[in-house]
Amino acid sequence: MQITVLVLILALLTVSGYQMGRTRAAASVGGRLVELHSVPSYHGFYVALWAGLPALFLFVLWTASEGWLIMRMVMSALPDRLSGGDPQVLNLLKADILNIAHGISTGRDVDPAVTAAAAHYNSLRAISDWSLLAIGASLAVVGLAYGRQHISPNLRARNRVERVVSIALVICSMVAILTTVGIVLSLLFEALRFFTMVSPIDFLFGVHWSPQMAMRADQVGSSGSFGIIPLFSGTLLITVIAMVVAVPVGLMSAIYMSEYANPNVRTWLKPILEILAGIPTVVYGFFAALTMAPFVRSIGHGLGLDVSSESALSAGIVMGVMIIPFVSSLSDDVINAVPQSLRDGSYGLGATKSETIRQVVIPAALPGIVAAVMLAVSRAIGETMIVTMASGLTANLTANPLDAVTTVTTQIATLLVGDQEFDSPKTLSAFGLGLVLFLVTLSLNMVALRVVQKYREKYD
Amino acid sequence: MSVAASKSHYQSEEFARRLRGRYAAERNFKIAGVAALALASMMLVVLLTSIVSKGYTAFWQSQIRLEVTLDKAQVEERNFTAILRQAIYAQFPQITDRTGKRTLNELLSSGAPYELEALVKQNPAIVGTTQTIWVRSDDEIDQFVKGYFPRNAPEAERRLNDAKIAAIDTLVAQGSLVQSFNTTLFSAGDSREAEQAGIWGAIVGSMLTLLVTMALSVPIGVAAAVYLEEFAPKNKWTDLIEVNINNLAAVPSIIFGLLGLAVFLGFFGLPRSAPVVGGLVMALMTLPVIIISARVALKSVPPSIREAALGIGASPLQTVTHHVLPLAMPGILTGTIIGMARALGETAPLLMIGMVAFIVDIPHGMTDSATVLPVQIYMWADSPERAFTERTSAAIMVLLGFLIVMNGLAVFLRKKFERRW
Repeated sequence: MQITVLVLILALLTVSGYQMGRTRAAASVGGRLVELHSVPSYHGFYVALWAGLPALFLFVLWTASEGWLIMRMVMSALPDRLSGGDPQVLNLLKADILNIAHGISTGRDVDPAVTAAAAHYNSLRAISDWSLLAIGASLAVVGLAYGRQHISPNLRARNRVERVVSIALVICSMVAILTTVGIVLSLLFEALRFFTMVSPIDFLFGVHWSPQMAMRADQVGSSGSFGIIPLFSGTLLITVIAMVVAVPVGLMSAIYMSEYANPNVRTWLKPILEILAGIPTVVYGFFAALTMAPFVRSIGHGLGLDVSSESALSAGIVMGVMIIPFVSSLSDDVINAVPQSLRDGSYGLGATKSETIRQVVIPAALPGIVAAVMLAVSRAIGETMIVTMASGLTANLTANPLDAVTTVTTQIATLLVGDQEFDSPKTLSAFGLGLVLFLVTLSLNMVALRVVQKYREKYD
Repeated sequence: MSVAASKSHYQSEEFARRLRGRYAAERNFKIAGVAALALASMMLVVLLTSIVSKGYTAFWQSQIRLEVTLDKAQVEERNFTAILRQAIYAQFPQITDRTGKRTLNELLSSGAPYELEALVKQNPAIVGTTQTIWVRSDDEIDQFVKGYFPRNAPEAERRLNDAKIAAIDTLVAQGSLVQSFNTTLFSAGDSREAEQAGIWGAIVGSMLTLLVTMALSVPIGVAAAVYLEEFAPKNKWTDLIEVNINNLAAVPSIIFGLLGLAVFLGFFGLPRSAPVVGGLVMALMTLPVIIISARVALKSVPPSIREAALGIGASPLQTVTHHVLPLAMPGILTGTIIGMARALGETAPLLMIGMVAFIVDIPHGMTDSATVLPVQIYMWADSPERAFTERTSAAIMVLLGFLIVMNGLAVFLRKKFERRW
């Protein structure tokens, strides 16, 4: 509530600051605007920035540190018998206090001291919100007055405003870097905690995956429960099946569309592939689980084969369908980038169209096609919903596409869904898997982008 | 001599055979291309038909007509179950034994008493009178009426016993059991009972999440694109930013979920399952898409525009804000809509930050627990009941409807405002 009020006050002050700046600037030269260094609207922006920016900074800092600070104060006020426990118990306690403070029942009998702490938390929170409102609003008013005071015909308002704006632009462009840093740091940090419990060698080269076992205290980090080889074999199996579907179909569609189809046909065919690309993965997952899996199973039974109801085959086929448009649009680009002169030369020698495509266009476009396939592989490895919904949870080390396998992403999703403690190796192993997944897809993407860049302008 | 030889060569049997072979290869290659496209379109058709055929019936729901006598004492005791039971027994005067009565009780949705209570609360004047009301039937009855449970299977293998089927047939013959538009689906939140479950909670959650995503990723993305395209010097630093953006665009979405879990929930202590966290994660995820498309749009504005503006004394920033950005706006808008459509369909990262919880209430704010449409689909897809399969498909149709509208809008904008210089 207080925050909404503060935001409204800030918006109001900023807008009125703009108006004030404009009128004051015009008034300062008695309406002869040519005498101003900057046009009045820049004076308006100048005042508005003074009113809005400091308060905004305060607001961001305050909300970022508030929760943490209040929690520390609450925890230090707790009786010793509660606050003395080990970090895991403390984290649980914090979660309980937060839940009670937000009015969510924990479903357990609660220590009266915890209820009191929750009340303490809420009162601190209220104080914090009110003081933020008061300080933020007064800061905005002071800023407004200060900025307004400064207005004079000689004020270089445009230069100053533009300086602030360009700094803001630079900061915005750094968000991408910050995100990458955030991803790397969060994965590394949690994965390192995981590797203090489970040795990286066991993790990377173990052939047994059963994180559930480690839930029991006496089995924490027990050897052999966290081997990712079966997860990788499962991921690889499904990826290979997906590629077997997606690469020929995607490539042939791209070739047909760019070399054979006339423009009219193309305007009809392209949307079909675009629709396939736009369907959410959860829909593909539903289709794989409820339509494709029974279909594959019944065909298998017809042939006398034993097919698991969560076979790698059905998940792989559907994933392949999902990736067809991806392969086809990327290959379409590289095929179109092959210069027409190469084709003309080939036709001049008497080659048929398909001979030209197979022996001239495709070799010329090959680096790009390889890069497209690599990007598609990286997508298949990182795809989550189809495999979570249509492939199993049992980590089988098998190459049989009719068996159920599990994948890295499925395990991440299932390990982190539902209630979780932040310190058990089971939860942390998801971050270990995430780190491996991130590194694998990142290197695939890097190599693919490098290949594309290196060979892109070879024929121009 | 050489002419004669070559002539005979071109007319030789071997040459003709080879030519036939080459033309056959040409034909086969072309057929392979057509087959690939046919396969892709066939998969699309199969996918859409399977979903529509599984789910179109979910837009109807069986309702049972009851003559309820709202006895004052019973209303005061809030014993609406008893009121409903008396009403349904009254329709079957011949059934008096306990098993028969239990069968009748099972015809009604377990949510029917609450519905009746809400009705009475809304209009207290009806207490003491007899009213004709329509209540939802149980989901199994609904599925039976829609023909999903075979009627002539042996009784032991059937979900519904003979007595129940007889009761249903009677009601249908009386016109007391009819299908009407399923408003619950579009007005309720999640529920364990299929007939009371709806997607409105998930739609609101999706909208709140998208609102946060848009409020963050559009300004930041456009600003970043403007900087990189118009102002950034060409140096190592900007190269690093570009490499970063390209890589982020290809990072698996689930990794963004892990980032959200570790940073927003773990480090900043934001609430689980909240649209604000979902929106933050989605914003980081769609940012590269928006930056890349905005850069393409900015690049397509010809340099002459910039030169003209600079030439009459505009500052570089004025050039961009007054001339380049407005001209690039349609392209930026198209990219934004496509990015938002992607965010709307995304599921995996939201599973990581707890938006997969079972939430009955419609969310009212950014920090309320909420779920989104794709996650709702994921959760319902796991439910074994036939009625939930039907509702999952219906939810998918609604989701696809939203996506089609958004993408259609993007195409329309592109067609309408596309400008060739």
